[in-house]
Order: sequence, then C-alpha cells, then structure tokens
Amino acid sequence: MSDHEKNQRIIRLTAAEIAGKIASGELTAVEVTEAHLARTGAVDEKVHAYLHLDREGALAQARAVDEKRARGEKLGPLAGVPLALKDIFTTTDMPTTVGSKILEGWIAPYDSTVTRKLKAADVVILGKTNMDEFAMGSSTENSAYGPTGNPWDLTRIPGGSGGGSSAALASFQAPLAMGTDTGGSIRQPAAVTGTVGVKPTYGGVSRYGMVAFSSSLDQGGPCARTVLDAALLHEAIAGHDPLDSTSIDAPVPPVVEAARNGSVAGMRVGVVKQFRGEGYQAGVLQRFDESVALLKELGAEIVELDCPSFTLGLSAYYLIAPSECSSNLARFDAMRYGLRVGDDGTRSAEDVTALTREAGFGAEVKRRIILGTYALSSGYYDAYYGSAQKVRTLITREFQQAFDQVDVIVSPTTPTTAFPIGERVDDPMAMYLMDLCTIPSNLAGNAAMSLPCGLAPEDNLPVGLQIIAPATKDDRLYKVGAAVEAAFVERWGHPLLEEAPSL
Amino acid sequence: MPGITREEVAHLARLARLELKPEELEHFAGQLDDIIGAVARVSEVAGQDVPPTSHPLPLTNVMRPDEVRPSLTPEQALSGAPAQEQQRFKVPQILGED
Repeated sequence: MSDHEKNQRIIRLTAAEIAGKIASGELTAVEVTEAHLARTGAVDEKVHAYLHLDREGALAQARAVDEKRARGEKLGPLAGVPLALKDIFTTTDMPTTVGSKILEGWIAPYDSTVTRKLKAADVVILGKTNMDEFAMGSSTENSAYGPTGNPWDLTRIPGGSGGGSSAALASFQAPLAMGTDTGGSIRQPAAVTGTVGVKPTYGGVSRYGMVAFSSSLDQGGPCARTVLDAALLHEAIAGHDPLDSTSIDAPVPPVVEAARNGSVAGMRVGVVKQFRGEGYQAGVLQRFDESVALLKELGAEIVELDCPSFTLGLSAYYLIAPSECSSNLARFDAMRYGLRVGDDGTRSAEDVTALTREAGFGAEVKRRIILGTYALSSGYYDAYYGSAQKVRTLITREFQQAFDQVDVIVSPTTPTTAFPIGERVDDPMAMYLMDLCTIPSNLAGNAAMSLPCGLAPEDNLPVGLQIIAPATKDDRLYKVGAAVEAAFVERWGHPLLEEAPSL
Repeated sequence: MPGITREEVAHLARLARLELKPEELEHFAGQLDDIIGAVARVSEVAGQDVPPTSHPLPLTNVMRPDEVRPSLTPEQALSGAPAQEQQRFKVPQILGED
C-alpha cells in the first residue's frame, strides 16, 4: 500500500478507531497526525477550514503520545486523536483571533479550560478553525479572514459560526473538532455538512478561556462525524471548573455509555408543531418526517407538542444576544491587548478606542453592538430587553411542560440546507432565520444534538435532525442519536459523508 | 413601533465607542430598522405578568475558597499590550481637548 493510500484510509477512520489502533500499536500517533496534515495540505486551499495550522506542535504532541505508549503507560480514550480547535478557545502556543481583525495575531497568556483538558487527554490539536467574527453569524462569511467552503459544494456555506470546524470534519482533515453554540453555531454547521454536533447543557463545559459573545447563551461542545466520537470528546471536555462560576458542579452525564447503548424503544419523542411551516424547505421536512417514522419503527412513541412561545424565540434571541455582546465586547478598547489604531499622540484614549473598533470589527459585529446598545438604552429597555427576558421564561416553561410528557424532542436542525456563499451576507434577517429551530435550546439552557438524516432530494445537500433533551440529561441525546445513526447507516449502507464529492 | 433613524444610529455608535463612516450609518440605519421591526414582536408579552429570565441556571454568589493561587506574571499580562512602559499599559491621553 502506498503512503497516499494508507493516509486515505487513516483520515476516514473514526476517532474511536484511531484511538484503538494507536493503543494496539497498529498505527502510531505520528502517522495519524501526518496523514491529517497531508490531507490539509491537499485540500485546505480550497476549503479554508483553518486559520492557523500548528504542524510542529501537533507532531510534537503526537510523538509524546507514542513515547508514552513505548514506556508502557496507559493511554486515554482519545490519546493521539487529531482535533481541529475553533479559534475562540485561547491557546498559549497558537494565535486566537476569534475570526476578527481586532485580535489578529494575538497570543493568549493562558489556555482555555477546554484546551487544557484536550492537552491533558493527549488529544493532538492540529490548528485553529475559521469562524464568523466573535461567533456572530450562521455562515462563516463574517470571518475577517475570508469564508470557508462546504465540502459538499464549495460554493455553499458550511454553516456558522463554527463553519471551519464542520468543514474540517466533512473534508476529513480531522475526526474531531470543537465548537461553541450561542444560537446554533455547533448544530447548524453540523446539519449543513452532514456531521454531528452537540450543544451540551448550559454550564456543562467550562467557558473559561472561551472568548465571550453572549455569556448567558454561549456553550462549548463537541463536533465529530459519529455520535460515539462526539460522546468521547464530550466526556473529555466536560465537568465542573472552579474558574467558570456558571459551570455545573455535578458529575458529567454518562454520554459515552449512552452512545454505546443506543436505543429508543419505549421512549416518548416529542414533535413540536411550531417547528415547521413557511420557510421550511420541502426536502428538509421530507427527511425529518422520515426520521420521525424511523423513530416509531424503532419503538418510540411520538407525541405532538404545542409550544406557542417558540415562535418568539428568534426575536428574543436577537435582542438578548446583541445586548450581552454590546457589553462583552466593550473590553476591546485598544488599551490592554489587540489592535490599536490612530494613536498619534494627539488623540484621546476615547477617540483611539472608537477608531480601533471601527477598523477592527466587521459589519455584523458593529450591527449587533448597535442593536444591543439600542435594546439596553433607557426608554426601550422594558419593551425590548425586558420582554425578551419574559419570552425566555415562557420558552423555558414550555420546555418543562413538554418534558413532563416526553423524554426528548426532535425537529429539523435548520429550515433549509446550505445556501450559496454571498446569498444572505448583507441580509441579516434572512441569515438569522437559519437559527429558528436551534435558538430555543440556548434560551432555555438545555442540551441538543444535530446528526445527519439524509440528503434533501431537490439539491442533494445534507439535512440535520435535531434532538433536544432536558438540562443535564445530555446522555439521552446520545442514546437516541446512536440508535438513529445506526438505523440510517444500515438503511443507506454507509455513513452519509461517503456520498460527499471528493475534493 | 418606533423606527430607527440615521441620527439615532450615530448616537448609539457614540455610546458604544464605535466610529462609523457616513455610508455605514446610512446602511446600518436601514438594516437595523428592519431587524428591530422583526424582533419587536417580543413586546407582545410585555404586559404579561411573567418573571424575567436573565440566565438559564439559578445560581447566586458562586464563591471559591479565598486562597492564593498562581496568576499571570507582569510579562504575561502585558504580552498583548499595544504599548507598554515600565511594566505598565501605556495608553493615550485620557482627557481630550473638550
């Protein structure tokens, strides 16, 4: 077998398979890392998943894993497995830009807790992935460093904000990736690229060292090509962190065990009637309805749910998230880190701040800062921000009532498949509609997953099935997800991603 | 619902310490008007007696033990500074002409 053939085989392995082969000695971590770096060398000029590749650091980490094994030390469940890290998690050995010019080249003085846990688990971090600036967007077109292509069709968006991570997975540049989800930024990219993404329960994964966008909504989580791989990563990054005061002080839900024991037999699965209708693509609804039928075949009982306040979720989100962002992003003041422009000795600090923010932030970030400043300003606060917080209560209550009747809820992850790059870039409301089904879970803080459920017949692009579980019951996502995944793979005869065009 | 004017956008940008070019002001005013028109639907619930939710977790006063632990060195803290002098952040004059 040539090196090329061997590499082609390695990059299609799952994270669980890679870890097993490294532990058994069938592959070395260095071979695995080199195969993925070679893949990136071959395809990333076209895909543009990475903002920064750490070839040397990754190989050094891989060598350390191989040496550990040679010494007879026990390896963890993800030792030597490569991962693509969203450029929102701070790293001391690579720049952290958050897709923004205001942090171009910035090296953080500390690792995020997620970075630290990944390193401790001997995961090989290959590089930092592209994203919408400050995670604000649904297409990765808002990155200051250019868009990322969807490996299914490079002229289309890979979702956002975590489009670099989803594209890295779908183009076999990494078997694992990290995302963050404020309104759908893990699940929506997973849906449009035929991959798996999980937003854990709010507080399930530490936010320490994760650059803040909207603190009451932001949640880091795992991205992968299979449900089990997502569970393995979930377990590695989750858990209480004293450095994050909003971190849940409780054991991590048994996600890996659940992923290894997929089943929906006897479960009650809710379908929310508000998650369909105008704006939903026919092929998306078709694949969703087939998924519901499949769940029934697998032994689940389907329960229709009425959640009227969900229709206000998008509006509430686009008041709450910009409000928190306008406050969080005040830290980019050109004084302590990041860009500074216009400091010519005559201008005041305030002027330098305003000029730097003008030069350093892109259009969507500016729009949201102004929108948030407006929503929080006196005279409008009660009508907008105050009402949005009430909507948040109503949505949380409707979820509670729903989960009194069902174990999980399912919906399409996104109303449509991937749209062409450029189509919605200057039409914010059209862009925001991509998050219609994902936002309610962020507002309520519960757990949700997206996994592939087929291709839309009209455009042959991936459709995502969203599974939603009550807060802290993340394991249910994996139990149901693993059962659905296994049934679909059996029906299709192979994982969905095998139908993606070769790049 | 009140719309948003170019002058209001300019005022908000000043509050947010954000310089905007005239063409940006014009462009954003139109877009923000559309967005606010769409999200204003939340005020349907303004009259309802519902407590607000600011955060998904009911947490109050999360404390850690008051113990000394490692923190950043001055060099680390200053490592990203646009300008520094004598182990301090060097900033432009804090008072302008007016």
